[in-house]
Amino acid sequence: MSYLEEKYIKHKYEPIHPSKDEWPVVKLARERKEFVKKVADLSEDRILNLTGNNPDILKEELETTLYREKLRIKQNPWVVDPDDDSSFWSGVKSALVQTSTENSKSKSKKLQAYKEILNSITARYAEEIASNFKTTHYKFTRSVVTYGFSRLLNAARVKGFKSIFSNQYTLQDKIQITGQTDQLRDLATKGTVVMVPTHFSNLDSILIGWVISVLGLPPFIYGAGLNLFNISIFAYFMNSLGAYKVDRRKKNLMYLETLKTYSKEAIQFGCHSLFFPGGTRSRSGMIESKLKLGLLSTAIEAQRANFENGVNDISGKIFIVPVTINYHFVLEAPSLIRDHLSITGQERYYKENDEFSNSYKISKFLIKFFTKGSDISVSVGKAMDVLGNYVDAEGRSLDKNNRVINTRDYFISDGKVSVDSQREEEYTNMLGKRIVEEFHKINRVFNSHLVAFVAFEMIKKQNRKLDLFDLLRLPEEDISISYDEFEENCQLVLDKIKELKSQGLINTAPHLSLDLAEIIRLGIENVGMYHAKRPIVQDKNGDIGTEDMSLLYFYHNRLTGYGLEKLY
Amino acid sequence: MDSKNSTKPKCIGVIGVGSFGTVIANILAAKNPVMVYARKQEVVDEINATHTAQGRAMNEEIIASSDPEKLCQSCDVLFFMVPSSGFQNVVRIFSPFLFPYHLIIHGTKGLCLNLKEGETLETVKKIKRSQILTMSEVILQETVAVRVGCLAGPNLSKELAQGQPAATVIASKYNEVILEGQSLLRSEKFQVYGNSDIIGVEISGVLKNIIAIAAGALAGLGLGENAKGLLISRGMVEMIHLGNALGGSIKSVMGLAGIGDLVTTCNSVHSRNYTVGYRLAKGDTLETILEDMDEVAEGINTVRIIKAFLETADLRAPITENLYRVLFEDLEIEEALQFLMKYPFNVDVDFV
Repeated sequence: MSYLEEKYIKHKYEPIHPSKDEWPVVKLARERKEFVKKVADLSEDRILNLTGNNPDILKEELETTLYREKLRIKQNPWVVDPDDDSSFWSGVKSALVQTSTENSKSKSKKLQAYKEILNSITARYAEEIASNFKTTHYKFTRSVVTYGFSRLLNAARVKGFKSIFSNQYTLQDKIQITGQTDQLRDLATKGTVVMVPTHFSNLDSILIGWVISVLGLPPFIYGAGLNLFNISIFAYFMNSLGAYKVDRRKKNLMYLETLKTYSKEAIQFGCHSLFFPGGTRSRSGMIESKLKLGLLSTAIEAQRANFENGVNDISGKIFIVPVTINYHFVLEAPSLIRDHLSITGQERYYKENDEFSNSYKISKFLIKFFTKGSDISVSVGKAMDVLGNYVDAEGRSLDKNNRVINTRDYFISDGKVSVDSQREEEYTNMLGKRIVEEFHKINRVFNSHLVAFVAFEMIKKQNRKLDLFDLLRLPEEDISISYDEFEENCQLVLDKIKELKSQGLINTAPHLSLDLAEIIRLGIENVGMYHAKRPIVQDKNGDIGTEDMSLLYFYHNRLTGYGLEKLY
Repeated sequence: MDSKNSTKPKCIGVIGVGSFGTVIANILAAKNPVMVYARKQEVVDEINATHTAQGRAMNEEIIASSDPEKLCQSCDVLFFMVPSSGFQNVVRIFSPFLFPYHLIIHGTKGLCLNLKEGETLETVKKIKRSQILTMSEVILQETVAVRVGCLAGPNLSKELAQGQPAATVIASKYNEVILEGQSLLRSEKFQVYGNSDIIGVEISGVLKNIIAIAAGALAGLGLGENAKGLLISRGMVEMIHLGNALGGSIKSVMGLAGIGDLVTTCNSVHSRNYTVGYRLAKGDTLETILEDMDEVAEGINTVRIIKAFLETADLRAPITENLYRVLFEDLEIEEALQFLMKYPFNVDVDFV
């Protein structure tokens, strides 16, 4: 496996804060109780603001929330849900009934009563969302992950009994970290970092946690799907990596506002944060092009709040760092693409499903992952301010002509920092667009992406008259592309990719400089390598076919958004 | 807007002192100190010495300068009122002195091409939406300012200068830009509406120039009010479809900047676009007409750009297409009219 010996720098990074007492995330854990209370109270204020302090509107919101929560408890209960879930909401119900039937109460008394109910809800949500970070657990987890992974790796690569104690391979041989790592480390000591990675697999959460620790950064807090906490071993890992919980079943105003407040306050506290801005794993396999802007807006809010509070130096500056994670293989691909197709097939609502919940599947995957070659690369993009301007070594924002500008100016009106939620909404849209742009630029093309893209586009061309859904329903045994033509087409697309790369619009893995036949051979070997049905197969003449069109479509999608389709 | 810092009152900036720029500067000066920018020093001197700009009267309080940096430092809000042909250059001159705290509102109706070095409309022939910039997109591309708006509507400078009642639209994605524009411009004689669809408003203002040329041509042919009604109604349908394809909403075309401006321009015999159409119908060639005009008729450039855009868009725009052939391919104007009369516009309204 000569391509595994590609050159990339295997740094040993020292921790950026030598003493962990200085980590904001540790300070936050120490002050957890006060922090949760602060979040609950601030969320209450926000919701009161949104309802215009009007008891009738507030009552309506409370009733909607109650109704939805009751429905959730009945229809979609999870292991992780607290035991008193149902009794708490029954309590809310009786309190609501009592308040609304007491006709004698004055308007302000009623508002007061509703406020109390509201606060009990935001307090509950804030408590639920807050992470249970413990430094001791963090250290333990970190060493388990690193140690465990490298044991597995060495056992797999170096033959023989003694291999289990060998240190020849480390996780860094398996997972390449490239890009602006030094800038990231540097800025993390100066300001607050918000990392925004692409999201293709549930493995991402753990992977990113590991990357952060390898880079010597203090743990980042991040919103992890509450469903992952259903599995106790995951729950342990996540808690110790600083994860706070995001429950996608709860879409009521009160929950969302509490979640946003938590995120904003934590960023303002100085905690480095991580959002998967796609909100959920990319179902289609495409790089996220429409981001969930809810949590992203909290970065902008926190930045504005810092300026409002007069924190104008770099310590109050928030840096957005896009990250892409590239795989040859995504464990959940079959069900993700199925979801995607059923959604695009006009099904608006679907239930969150959860195939990662099976521990057997996870361990099987991990063993395969470590015993066979399936490289992962993580590319760290250039840091930006909350408006998407690049920043220099001192963290100062630069405009397109590299002139230093002040991020504070974006929030100024009549010479003062002002709060304007409509403005910040637009800024969030802008930031979202910039992140998507950066994702495309730092995305690294693998050989497997190339062959999947070319194979799918060629099959599509052969069947020009079919729409996507008919195309995916083609009988697999009828699909065949001659190898020579395939190779020609790979060359065509590869040339275009290299042209894009020279313009800084995409990046490639070093193995794409091998000769074409070798790229194709490895690409076919790598693409979706552990699926029972392989996205690309070769028959005895070397011609190209597939065992699963939908999977091929999934892996193909990684290269959409670059205009490469136009070659067909 | 008296909340401004009293020790050092900020001016409102107006860039460009053509007929519309002068009128807007005068309206602004009724409420706030105004500083105008002109590139030529003699125009600056004229304004400061005699309070006229190329003969047009200016409020005596208005100061003029040819220094872009001075304007950017003295003003938080800037109105760009320059012709579209020079728009990008002027924005580039100001760009080094603009910061994210600046609010920019422009009053220019036109499109700009976003082509690679060495490319022109003649060499590329077909253009996509991404190769066309509206004026607000020029500002966003060339400067670091983001809070950008535009001013559009039936605003004939001559009538505004006489103080006749009129209304305009300020469009911006940012409410604060709309509110600021309204508070700066609104008066008893001048109503200011807001719209969040800035692209739709800009596109409406641009497309109506095409129809204005056609309106002039109909008048030149000696046709009457029936024909004009027909043209305005079909012109509006074409504007709606084109506007949609260029990223604007139908609603904006139906508003003041679309229909409102369309009706005004199609009836205004002094408009440059109308004159071009009128003289074409009287038998003059495009070259001779252009030679006689000191300022450009925006619609001619727009016809060329939209024609090139139609090559990539899955869309027919019969009025624009035929006008293009009349302007650039020597189609007789009577033939174009014949063609349009036969064109199967079967359905009266197909967009609501």
